[in-house]
Amino acid sequence: MNKKINNCFISVNIQKDDFDVNAEIQSIRSGKIIGGIINFIGVVRDSQKEKEELVSLELEHYPGMTEKAIMSICRDAQKRWEINFVRVIHRVGNLKTGDNIVLVITASAHRKESFKSAEFIMDFLKSRAPIWKKEHYKTHSTWVQSKEADELLLKDW
Amino acid sequence: MKILYFSWLREKIGVPFEELEVQSENVHDLIKELIRTDQKYALAFEDIKSIRVAVDQKLIRNLNESIKNVKEIAFFPPMTGG
Repeated sequence: MNKKINNCFISVNIQKDDFDVNAEIQSIRSGKIIGGIINFIGVVRDSQKEKEELVSLELEHYPGMTEKAIMSICRDAQKRWEINFVRVIHRVGNLKTGDNIVLVITASAHRKESFKSAEFIMDFLKSRAPIWKKEHYKTHSTWVQSKEADELLLKDW
Repeated sequence: MKILYFSWLREKIGVPFEELEVQSENVHDLIKELIRTDQKYALAFEDIKSIRVAVDQKLIRNLNESIKNVKEIAFFPPMTGG
């Protein structure tokens, strides 16, 4: 899903496949007005809450709504900061420890707008994008519970 | 109306979605209507505070919101993306 609003290009993808961070950044570099690029990569980690090692992390989502919800978060960021580029790729399906989950890139003329907007997008993505994680272990599976702290974070924006 | 379930709600109800003819005029009544039809809904909707609702793919806060002319309603636990 792509949108061009004012001077900002927003692109959101939900996909099973991995993403190529360098290729994504390269495509933003070509914009002549860009002075700073921030990229955040979320990675699958073993929470080590269980006695067993994490076998895989399953990500379920609400096709159709996920793209819209993330696009709406990006538009909110674009309204608050002067940014020229937002790229979000969120993976779904079965992932392993160390795999990429999410990529957020923001770019602007100056660094502060990029830093702030990337953090804003990640904070809202965690509790407003319809995505759910399930941890699979050898002998059992468990749905990841949302953290109250993540919800509280949103009040600070 | 298409009703969708995600995460552990989907597991408790046993299907990812269903097409149902419903009488209710708001989400709150719809939940009660579902609970009357089968025990599995009672179990799934036991802790209503831990359930989030999207009406036509938009999150809603007020369960008394009208669902007239709505195409799809989704029920799911708090989201854990990112």
